[in-house]
Formats: sequence, C-alpha cells, structure tokens
Amino acid sequence: MYKPVRIVAFLLVILGLVLAPVWLNQGRVAAVPAPSLDTQAINALEERQCVESAAYMRAEHMLLLDSWRTAVVRDGATTYTSSAGRVYAMSLEDSCLGCHDNRAEFCDSCHAYVAAEPNCWSCHNGEEGVTGR
Amino acid sequence: MLEKALRGSKRYYLWLAILAVLIAVGAAAYTRQLTYGLGLTGMSRDVPWGLYIAQFTFLVGVAASGVMVVIPHYLHNFRAFGRMVILGEFLAVAAVIMAILFVFVDLGQPTRVLNVLLHPTPHSIMFWDICVLGAYLLVNIVIGWAVLGAEKKGFPPPRWTRILTILSIPLAISIHTVTAFLYAGLPGKAYWLSAIMAARFLASAFASGPALLIILSLIIRRFTSFKVTDLAVDALVKIVCYAMIANVFFFLLEVFTSFYSAIPSHQASLRYLFVGLDGSGGLVPLMWVAAVLALAGITLLLVPRLRRNLRLLPVSLVAIFVACWLDKGVGLVLGGFVPNAFGRVTDYLPTANELLIICGVYALGLFILTILYKIVIAVRTTNEEELSKTDS
Amino acid sequence: MSELRRTQKDIKGTYVTKGTVPFVTYVPFMSLERREFIRQGFAAGLLGLGALGSLGALGTLVGCSKVAAPAATAPAATTATAAPAAPAAQRWGLVIDPALLVKTQAFNAVAQACHSHHNVPQISDPKTEVKWIWQDDFAHCFEEMDSAYLPAALRELQFPVLCNHCENPVCVRVCPTQATFKRDDGIVDMDYHRCIGCRFCMTSCPYGARSLNFCDPQPYIAQVDPGYPTRMRGVVEKCNFCVERLAQGLPPHCVEASQGAILYGDLDDPASEVRQALAGSLSIRRRPELGTEPSVYYLLRGAESPTDAPKGGEPHA
Repeated sequence: MYKPVRIVAFLLVILGLVLAPVWLNQGRVAAVPAPSLDTQAINALEERQCVESAAYMRAEHMLLLDSWRTAVVRDGATTYTSSAGRVYAMSLEDSCLGCHDNRAEFCDSCHAYVAAEPNCWSCHNGEEGVTGR
Repeated sequence: MLEKALRGSKRYYLWLAILAVLIAVGAAAYTRQLTYGLGLTGMSRDVPWGLYIAQFTFLVGVAASGVMVVIPHYLHNFRAFGRMVILGEFLAVAAVIMAILFVFVDLGQPTRVLNVLLHPTPHSIMFWDICVLGAYLLVNIVIGWAVLGAEKKGFPPPRWTRILTILSIPLAISIHTVTAFLYAGLPGKAYWLSAIMAARFLASAFASGPALLIILSLIIRRFTSFKVTDLAVDALVKIVCYAMIANVFFFLLEVFTSFYSAIPSHQASLRYLFVGLDGSGGLVPLMWVAAVLALAGITLLLVPRLRRNLRLLPVSLVAIFVACWLDKGVGLVLGGFVPNAFGRVTDYLPTANELLIICGVYALGLFILTILYKIVIAVRTTNEEELSKTDS
Repeated sequence: MSELRRTQKDIKGTYVTKGTVPFVTYVPFMSLERREFIRQGFAAGLLGLGALGSLGALGTLVGCSKVAAPAATAPAATTATAAPAAPAAQRWGLVIDPALLVKTQAFNAVAQACHSHHNVPQISDPKTEVKWIWQDDFAHCFEEMDSAYLPAALRELQFPVLCNHCENPVCVRVCPTQATFKRDDGIVDMDYHRCIGCRFCMTSCPYGARSLNFCDPQPYIAQVDPGYPTRMRGVVEKCNFCVERLAQGLPPHCVEASQGAILYGDLDDPASEVRQALAGSLSIRRRPELGTEPSVYYLLRGAESPTDAPKGGEPHA
C-alpha cells in the first residue's frame, strides 16, 4: 500500500503547518525588552538594589517568588534574609510591587516578549484593582 | 496494528463521524465551561459533585468488570471466554479513559491537575484512586496490545502478559474499592458512610460492566464475522444475574439498617431518593424506574427459559445496565448530598452545557472503543480467513 | 526537571519567621520536606500501585531541594519590615456568645468586616454564593440537639457559623494536593495557588463551611481591599482565622467587630480568655460526635431565658 503522491502531499502539508509561524513572523523584529526601573519608589531608594542581584532576579525571580509563597502561605514565615544579610518582608504586593508599581513597563515588557502569561495579578491586584494596567 | 482501524465500511465511517461531531460539540461546551467556570453546571455549594463525578464512579465500575471475564478464563481455565477477554480489556481501557476525563472536566482549575502528582498525598483517597486507575489503564493497554500483536503474527502471547493479567485482577478490584472509599470514609455523609459501600460498588460493577460487554458482543456478532459463542454469552449472563442479585441485596441491607434503626440522618437520603424530602423529589421517578428495571432484569435473567431467549436477552441486559446506571451514575452521588450540613435540601439539575460535555466524553470513549474493537475484529477475522484458506 | 534543580539550588537567601514570637516554628525546607517526600514516594512504589504516584513523588523530590540554606537565623537588627509581635498559640479557637451578638446587633458588622477585608465576592444566588461567616438558627446548626420544646429564645437565636478549624479536619485528610492544610497553631488554611478545584473538601466538610468560586469572583467584589489577595474562579475558599492579621499581632476581623461577643485565643492555654469563658458556662460545638474536634465553641449562658438578658461578662473591646 505504498502511495508516494499521497505521502509526499501530506508531508508537505505537515511541514507547512509546522513552519507556518516562521513564515508568518518573517521580517517582524520584536524589540528587545527594556524593563523600566523608573518608579518613584525606586528613585527614592538610597541604594538602588533589589532583594538580590539584578542578574539573579532576572533569571530566577519566578523561583524566588514561588518559594516565598510557599514559605508565607504554608509555613507562616514572613521575612526573607537576602544573601547580603538584609531582611525583607516576603510580600509580592508590598515588597515586590511596592517598588515595581509599573507593571506594564516592568513586568509585562519581558513577559510579553517571551510570551509568558503569569496569573499573579488575577489575585494580587492590590490598589490597582482588578484590571491592573 | 492501528492501520486496521483505517479500513472499514461506510457504516463504520459514518458511526465514527457521528461520534466525532459529538466530541466536537462536547469540546466546544467544555471550552465554555473552561472560560466561565463551573457555574455553567448545575452544581452548587450544597451539591458540589454532580453528574460528572457520578459518571466517573459508574465508569470505574464498568472498567473493573473486565475481571469477570479474566478470572474464569485465567484462574479457572474456562476457555469459552477466550475470545471475550480482549473485549473486556479494551472495554476497561475505554471506560478508564472516560472515568479520568470525567474527573478532569469536573476540576475547577484543570491546568493544575498535575499538582496531584507533584504533591503526592497518601492520606487522600483521591491520590490512591489516581494511582490505581493509571496503573489499571496502563496494564490493560499493554496486555491487550501485546496479546493482539502476537495473535496477528500467529504467535501465542508472550508469557509476561499472563503475569500482567493476573496482576490486573487485584488492580481491578482495587480501582473500585478505592473509588468506594472516596465516599465511604466521610463523617457526616450518612448515606455513604457504610462499610458495605465497596462491596455494593463491586456487585453493581460486576452486573453493569459484563451486561454492557454482552450487549457489545451481541452487536459485534450481528454485524461482523467475529462470533462470540452462546456458551460464553450464557456463562457471562449468569454472572450478571447473580452480581445484580447481590447488588440489590446489598442495597436492601442499607435500607434495613437505615429504617429499622430509624436514625433520621441515615434515612434522609433514601427518603429523598425514593419518596422525596421536604417537598423536593426530582429523583424519585428515576429511582423507581431503576428499582423496577432491576427486578425485571433479574427475573428475566434468572428464569433459564427467558435467559436463553436471545431476542429477550438484550432487553434484560439493558434493563440491568440502566438500573445500575441510575443507581450509581445518578442516585448514589446526588442522594448523598441531601440533606446538607444544615439539614436542608438543595436540588441539582444538570444544565444543557453540562449534558453536552457528558455526551462528548461518552462519545470519545465510544470512539476509542470502536477503534479498539475494530482492530480486534480485523485481526481475528483476517487470521480466521487465512486459517480457512489453508484448511481447504 | 534538571532545569528546576539547577535553579532552585541557587536560591540565595533564607526565610525566617519574626524573631520574637513565631507562631509557627519554621523548619528549613530541606530536612523535613525531603524526608517526607522520600517516604511518600517509597510508600507509593512499595505497594506497586504507584507507577504514576512514584513518578510524581520523584518529581517533587527533585523539585524540592529548594533551599540548601542553614537553619534560619533571626536578624539582630530590626528592619523597616518588622511588625509588632504576633501572639503565639498552640491551638487557636473561637468562643462565640450568640445571645450577646444578637443583643449588640453586631453580626452584620462582623460579616461585613470579614467579607470585605478578605475580598469575598457577594453573590446573591444561594447555590453559588461564597461566604466565610453567616448565620443560621439552632434547629439547623445543631440539628441533633433540636427538640420541639426548646425555649423560644433559643429557637429564635441566630448562630454565626464558619469554618470550625477542626483538630481533625476531614478536608485536610481528603485534599489530594495538600492545598488545604492544618498549621501547627491549629488553623486550617488554604493555599489558593495549589487548589485544583476538585471540591472533595466541600463534599467532606460536615459543616458546609466551604465555597467554590463557581465563576470569576472579581465582578462581585464591590471594592477590592488591597490588604488581602482576591481569588480566581475554580478554587475553594473559606475562613482563614485571619492568619494575616494574627501575624501582625491583630485579632481576627470577626472578633474585632463583634463588640465582645466573639473571643479568640489559645484553647491549650488554661489562662486564655477563651478557656476562662468556656470554664464559666455551658458551651456546645457543631456535630462533635463526628470526632472532628471543632475549635469553634458556642456559649449558651442564659440564652434560654429572654428575661434574664445575658451579660457580656468578658471585658473585651
């Protein structure tokens, strides 16, 4: 039951489907995100330093947040001692979003670029209310 | 072997097309539920589990019933079931897949379902249920596929399939026992808090599952050249009959304990199901239909002359199957939620969207079953044709 | 998986509870959880039922080597983030004086404070409503104690009902993901991040204390209180004994709004206010015969006689 025409035709269809995104996005260059640190809270800091180094936060913030939430929700812990020895309240809304209150320019700029859609804000919507930004 | 499922009659393709449409409709309905939430169902604060979980419970029973063919064949050497074993195993595969899907469509946050495995929780019966269901599904697929593959090539099945088949027996018992434990260990739910729950589950499973298997065998016998023998059918029918008698008996034990003790909380659910409670009694007609069908089915199967009447047999089996479905796929789960923690009655009525999802899951199960049975029949009939050729 | 391991090992800091009086002794992740998971995974594998289960356990085992940090040490210096000392308890409990609550007419304020501060959606359909605390009468709350000849005052009395924070919580037993769990201080809490919405806890709760978000709750929240997160559709929620307030050393909202009709404190401490109240009066709990050991008590002092109006008794703001 060898039917070369059919096989090749279907292969082409599949290949077309698989490569469609490449084809459709050809020539479109998304700007490399530049998350903004320009907020009132950050500018008011004596030392512009996040809970850990920028490189670490860039790469691992999701894991840090994940472990924070476990520690806070499940174990009743409240503060985080950074590797530099500083103590912070483990709070997404107070600590993280307290400084980074520019979700669109900070969080979303990278998340949109890598097509990540974390749903933190669906519950942690703070003062901005439901719609966020 | 899957290529065997690609060649079929027009009727075969039409049947698959109808199922595919139903699956698509179910998927569309599920998409609605996924975006809106479980508020699209008839479930409520007081009746947090509805027809989805009831179907899950019922189908786990259908899946477990495969052992009613496996035990006589493998442990008692009853060779008449030889042809039916694989049908039972593949029915189990389809039933477990449906059961798991019914749990899945019931979840409020389905994208997080793997949390069950990420945070294994031995003190939760749900965790064990997922373990045994997964194992049982795997075992049945592997056995069925290996046995059929060997048969296609004209070899006897490999030895390890026999060991795996023996292993599938306790697994089958355990899937339904553990499913019963989901209910039977909850303080404050008097209708479910019964030591006989698991036994009752198994009895009803061993009635409804084999009944369905016989109906399927009769359909196959009618439309294909794959013949299940009368001896096998009659033996399985007797199993259905006695399992159903046990099922009804266990139910009557519940009735006795509840009503002779006269403890109100133990009577409430049964009253709600059979006579209505506080003016609510939407399930009453259904439960009486179940009772009548159960007794009629038992009578028809118990009298040898009626049992051997092949025209009457499908009717009797459908009666048994529907009775079991109404009892376990509707009444058991819904009845247990009445009355609620404050002694109040909240009715449950499934919504159209919910029913479409249920149809979709059943259609998907039937689709899988059709494909699997098609492969079995194709392999068997090809082999037999070749055999008859060499004979002549 | 390997990705996870690499990165989680790298998490830098350590977590501590407040140096002063942690109401939970915080154990670093490593020692406890790992052993726990190994044990659980082993149990699953041992019974030969857990092809899937052991896989899951393995996954967690690998994913769990979170913080390879030494035991947490409290920082010496106080920081801007330090909060007032949180009171400690072995087993938090509530003692409710329903008659006093009726007398002070504080219940609406209680429910309002609880629901608004926790962003509980106000859904009017009783089938899909979400509620943490509400009222019902004696015959429905204490069905097994009901009789035809109860004093009229008791029959008409409304009892606030809420999660009982059981000593032996059935919901925790049945939850397949440990999304609901019992803390060391006796509070039965929810991890909304982990809940898969299977509703086994709702089915098993003998007190009807749990609500599912049958749809997106946001449209039903008049004013979002930024002090507490909202929830997504599809997760179950209930009273959390105001753990977020206890951590700040504040009483639960219901206690604060009750004008003395609801007391809170450590049931294991004979000197606590709740124990004093229980020692001085007849009290009942909902469905104690089930062995769940509810931590919510209802005082019946004088509730039966309307003429002899019950007194507050406890000096409480």
